[in-house]
Amino acid sequence: MGALSVYPVLLCYDLGLGELAFRFLMREQDALHYYSIIALFLLPSLAKNTYLSENALIPGSANPLFSTEDGIEANRFMKGIEAVVGDSIGGSGIDMANFIAQQIEDLGAEVCYHRFLPHSKHFQPLKFFTSTTNDMVIQPNSTDINFGINTIGIVRAPRGDGKEAIVLVTPYNSQRVQSNELLSLALGFSVFSLLSRAAWLSKDVVWLSADSQFGEYAAVSAWLNQYHNPVFLSHTVTLDTKIYGANHRYDGSSEKKGFKSFKRAGTMAAALIFKVGETRRHGDRDSVMMYAEASNGQMPNLDLLNVIHYLAVHRQGFRVNIAAFSSLLSSAWLRVIAEIFHTLGSVLRKINPDWKLDIMVPDYVEGTANLANSMYNQALGVPTGSHGAFRDYQVDAVSLEFLPTFHVKNENAKSLFLLRGGRLIEGVVRSVNNLLEKFHQSFFLYFLTAPSKFISVGVYMIPFALLLAPLPIVAAALADGRSMEKMVDLVDDSKADGSADILQSKSGSWKWLQAAKVLLVIQLWAVLVSLIPYYITQIPDCTPMQSALIWIMLSIIILIALYVMFGSPYSAGVEWKLLKATMITSISIGLGLMSIINFATAQLGALIVIPMSLFSRPLKASGMNFLPRAVLLASNVALAVLGFPPAMLLIMKGLSKGSWIVDIGDFWVWMEFLWEWSSATYLYIFLVHLPCWLLCINVLLHPCHQPGEAKMKQE
Amino acid sequence: MERSRPPKRHLTVSDDPKIGSRSSPRPRGAPTDNFGQSHGAGHLPFRRLPSPALMAPPPPPPPPGVRIVFLSLLLLFLLTSTAADSGAASAVAPGQEEFTEELLLRPLPDRKALAHFHFRSSAPPADSVGRHHHLFPKAISQLVKKYHISELELSFTQGRWNYEQWGGFDPMSTSNAKPPGVELWAVFDLPLPEIDATWKNLTHTLSGMFCASINFLESSTAFSAPRWGFKLSEGNLRYGALPREAVCTENLTPWLKLLPCRDKAGIASLMYRPSIYKGYYHSQKLKLRSSQSLGIILDQTLTVVLQPNTVSGKQLHSTHGQLQPNWSMRHLFNRKLSGKCLVSKSSKIFIEVDKGIADKVNKTGSGLSWNNEFFELSNNPDRLIKGLNKLEVQSASLYEYDVSKYSEEQPFDVGITWKLPLIWSCAPSPFHASRFLMGSGNERGSIALSFMSTNLHKQIFGSTNDCSIKAVIFQVVPWYVKVYYHSLEIFIDGNRKTVSEVVDKIHVTPSEDKLLPGTLEMLLKFPCNMQSATLTLDFDKGFLHIDEYPPDANQGFDIPSALVSFPEFNSARSYPEIDALLGSPLLENFQEDSIVKSYTEALLVPLTTPDFSMPYNVITFTCTVLALYFGSLLNALRRRISEEERELKKTATRHGLIRLWLAKLRGQKVDPMESGSASESAGSKKLLFKVVFVAVAAVLFHYFSNNS
Repeated sequence: MGALSVYPVLLCYDLGLGELAFRFLMREQDALHYYSIIALFLLPSLAKNTYLSENALIPGSANPLFSTEDGIEANRFMKGIEAVVGDSIGGSGIDMANFIAQQIEDLGAEVCYHRFLPHSKHFQPLKFFTSTTNDMVIQPNSTDINFGINTIGIVRAPRGDGKEAIVLVTPYNSQRVQSNELLSLALGFSVFSLLSRAAWLSKDVVWLSADSQFGEYAAVSAWLNQYHNPVFLSHTVTLDTKIYGANHRYDGSSEKKGFKSFKRAGTMAAALIFKVGETRRHGDRDSVMMYAEASNGQMPNLDLLNVIHYLAVHRQGFRVNIAAFSSLLSSAWLRVIAEIFHTLGSVLRKINPDWKLDIMVPDYVEGTANLANSMYNQALGVPTGSHGAFRDYQVDAVSLEFLPTFHVKNENAKSLFLLRGGRLIEGVVRSVNNLLEKFHQSFFLYFLTAPSKFISVGVYMIPFALLLAPLPIVAAALADGRSMEKMVDLVDDSKADGSADILQSKSGSWKWLQAAKVLLVIQLWAVLVSLIPYYITQIPDCTPMQSALIWIMLSIIILIALYVMFGSPYSAGVEWKLLKATMITSISIGLGLMSIINFATAQLGALIVIPMSLFSRPLKASGMNFLPRAVLLASNVALAVLGFPPAMLLIMKGLSKGSWIVDIGDFWVWMEFLWEWSSATYLYIFLVHLPCWLLCINVLLHPCHQPGEAKMKQE
Repeated sequence: MERSRPPKRHLTVSDDPKIGSRSSPRPRGAPTDNFGQSHGAGHLPFRRLPSPALMAPPPPPPPPGVRIVFLSLLLLFLLTSTAADSGAASAVAPGQEEFTEELLLRPLPDRKALAHFHFRSSAPPADSVGRHHHLFPKAISQLVKKYHISELELSFTQGRWNYEQWGGFDPMSTSNAKPPGVELWAVFDLPLPEIDATWKNLTHTLSGMFCASINFLESSTAFSAPRWGFKLSEGNLRYGALPREAVCTENLTPWLKLLPCRDKAGIASLMYRPSIYKGYYHSQKLKLRSSQSLGIILDQTLTVVLQPNTVSGKQLHSTHGQLQPNWSMRHLFNRKLSGKCLVSKSSKIFIEVDKGIADKVNKTGSGLSWNNEFFELSNNPDRLIKGLNKLEVQSASLYEYDVSKYSEEQPFDVGITWKLPLIWSCAPSPFHASRFLMGSGNERGSIALSFMSTNLHKQIFGSTNDCSIKAVIFQVVPWYVKVYYHSLEIFIDGNRKTVSEVVDKIHVTPSEDKLLPGTLEMLLKFPCNMQSATLTLDFDKGFLHIDEYPPDANQGFDIPSALVSFPEFNSARSYPEIDALLGSPLLENFQEDSIVKSYTEALLVPLTTPDFSMPYNVITFTCTVLALYFGSLLNALRRRISEEERELKKTATRHGLIRLWLAKLRGQKVDPMESGSASESAGSKKLLFKVVFVAVAAVLFHYFSNNS
């Protein structure tokens, strides 16, 4: 350790590294923003190939046991369930659940039902913060007609101890049955039937056929909630009579009582959600879409994705895709950037063959599109599928959507597809089954640029660090009441004659208190604004448009009221530089906190907030030449407009959909979406972004006639 | 006490196996006449002996070798005679070591088959530690003597007993269904303060004997001393469980070594490893009982649940309307049985048919013959034994086969062939108990124990609803799962009950950090008409010190199985048709009083696990930060300001033009006040330039050296 620490000491000693770094930060504070954007665009070429960290997984080492017989079993199941769906006219949900349960029972596995109600909309922006979900479990009572039924089958591992379980989920909509969903049920059943005979299992296998009539996520999260946080009070027995009352076909046997109790297996090791999507006409190969983003930017362990990718591509010949921003794939400017990076990379490669930055242009474009989507989904904080429900309970889960290229009626292609799909799932189960410990070896914090390429936290932190690094120093410089250029030199000449300057600036050393007060008032306003929707949601029969308008009106009223109570920022006579300094401080604290909760949100937010705050300058402020001042003013106004959350939404909507119709209701819907999913992004927008934006507006509109300003000029 | 600690000399003398083996079969009395008095006068056992030897005249002292032989002879004689005095009333024939081997086979409702091997070795009471044994394993007798064990049970289990399908109310499930992993309990015949130390030694000894990590039970955090929840005791019982212990052949081999014929002959030769380890449940047990009157009785059992292969080769699970799979011993074990182990007293094989089958067969009126309407046994049994349960209702019946008639030339095989599809179920325990974890995250959670009624009480007590059923819960929780016992909540049929309404008696030993596990013993009284009950206990997850984590810390931590017993229900059988004393030890065990009990699942609690490479990262980061700090501090302290200023002025005059030009480029006004600082920045630029120059030179060198 000694050698390790001595070296940097000597280095710093000789170069005065700390001082250099400080100077660098001061000089390049604007440039750092561009550096960080460059670093952001460099990310796709810095992506590494994924690799398996956990040796126990050994995917593909065993020959798959899933045979054509299992495919025939799946076909038999599909015919059976099609018949059930055809027979029942009204609610086919119970019939389908009964059929699935009967099939599971015939395999000798345990089976139970889980009945649930649709999830009602809640204002719960802080749910991510509490470890236990205090979500009220609504037990369906006998008066409810509209409920979903999940059917759960459990295979107990022959020689296992039952401490751990692997969960397979196949969602299907019992109210609107589609052939591709039946195919996914059949695939799930055939894998489950294979696993029920497997002698090699060491973890229990749970197959959840989730009734997705209220959405996949609702079904899975209701089941998980019942699994982890059951409520024992008023346990309804009517549930079972209802199910059996509707259908007497299978009762009469002694096993009937077994259906009543909710059954559990041990701690979940991993979960795999798979469904067969709509037939895709184009493309030569069947492909698999992989969704991994859970709430608030949480990702499953990368090893789970690696196993799936390895088995799907190298064993079963699927094409694996991840979601991408399709608009970026065809954009010309991205192609130009790709070309530039490619040329630069090849030059660098000539200098040192170890620098492998010359990524091919199509790869770069695709990587950027994937990365942008990955970042966007993580930043939004809303899960991309029902795997998000598992991640809330610290279970690694991933959703797979099979996209077949054949028509569902094509029997040959279907059986081949079943064989490959079944083998893929069997292989994944087998790998997870091999695990002795839970997933912990590989990365949890990463962006995906391709199914087999990732950017780890160590790399993607760099752009953010570059953005955030100058903020505290800039804030300090502004607060000192001197021009920033001078601040740079302060470091140098403070050694010689700093004492005089310090005496000079001492007179205004308590001025920041005024600015802090302004900041606190605005923060208070932001908290109130973020809480208003809770009360608005209580108003019955309110259209999104009305809600949004009420919200905006209330926000403005509160702001005025607060200004009246505590005095407006201008009346107190706060210098705009101090105001800006406090704003920058609050931003750096807010972004720092947010980067812990959801890194992607902080990163994307910083891209907007930091230039907005750094460039902010009163419109009336003078002291610059005309051209720079005009440019600065224009950028200020542009950024201020961009920074307003509804405006941002409108622009995003316009970019993605091409419709530029202003609808305030959309904003309400969007925010509702965020708080329903308990996304921390909602809190970020209202507790970090909005106050910053308001302070910026305050700075922009600053009258600039304080005595302090005059003194500044004299200096 | 006195008898179990004989004089040292006897121990050394008879410990010599060669001498012992030569001297064993002499008739009693005769040789002792010569030397008895002269050498045995000072020794305790001799005084108690009412032997004519004492009256004989003193002979001349013999040479040393002869002396030893005679001494050991004398000792043997003494031992056998004292055993004859005291052990006459016991079931075991006194004075002789015995070995019996038995196997019970039973078809199970879910198309599987149960095989239960039972071996009993018994040794008569002995005075000394080092007595020679013919059949009884010496290691065990030494263990018993050394640690003063009066009862011990050690089980190695893989897989879970399926209480719903395989029964929960018969002697098999109550005494042979064990929790996964290793379970060890022992009752010591020692003063209480010595017990913990003895237990520690015992765990190490057993660990060595059975190639298992039983020594992990040594730590005081791993075992507990239940008072009444597990078994009634006066504080001399110790209980420990290792749920994660893997069980394999390395544990079976030492277990087989305790048998006189090992697995070379007799019933144990059926234990073909691939067959018995392929099963769904595998439990290997060793039970010791020792007392002054009985001597030592060692019961070794192996219980396996196997899946007979069906004709088509594909395993099929229970489906309605399908025949049960036919199987035979050959089929199940892939081995044939060629006669008994020659030293065994009896060697029997039983085929048991459940009450469910027996009732159905009786209903048809054909009686329980070996060839009836539903099934057919391949051999004609020697005997049919009908069993009664505690309420004198007929329960499972047994077909008995004696193996001693068979030999290598005429191997024994028995199988069952089904004629009609038959669905039956085994008698369940009064409540189906299961345990699970609630909550998520690394901070806290709850343990829930749920009871689902099987409505057994209606069959037993009739349909009275105002009765109650007692249930005893025994649960040991490791210290890092900090259970708050006051948070006990009880829900019966969806209604919250106060603790006093349900709990009759409770005994809690709270856990102490890194010292003691928490133990909960609780006697509950459930109303008879209850359908479901749930008990929840909240807990906090503790933090471990970094070196307390096991190697695979990320798997999580185990909570051993809880034991739920129902003291009002007794699974004992009685066999009125057979003589209690001449029967087999296996059936004897079935006849013993044993309350119905069932083990719950072991639980896995994920605890906070540190990133074990973190200390390295922390050291690196802190060192870098410290280095930066000290570097700049040292820099500031060392530089002499006045000297620097002079230097700077010199450079300022030299670089004035460049500086001016640079400043203009940046659009700044040149301020003469800044000259000092600017010149210093120029100095640092020079440094930077040097660095860049060296870097470029290095890159170019690299480039050209690579190209050439």
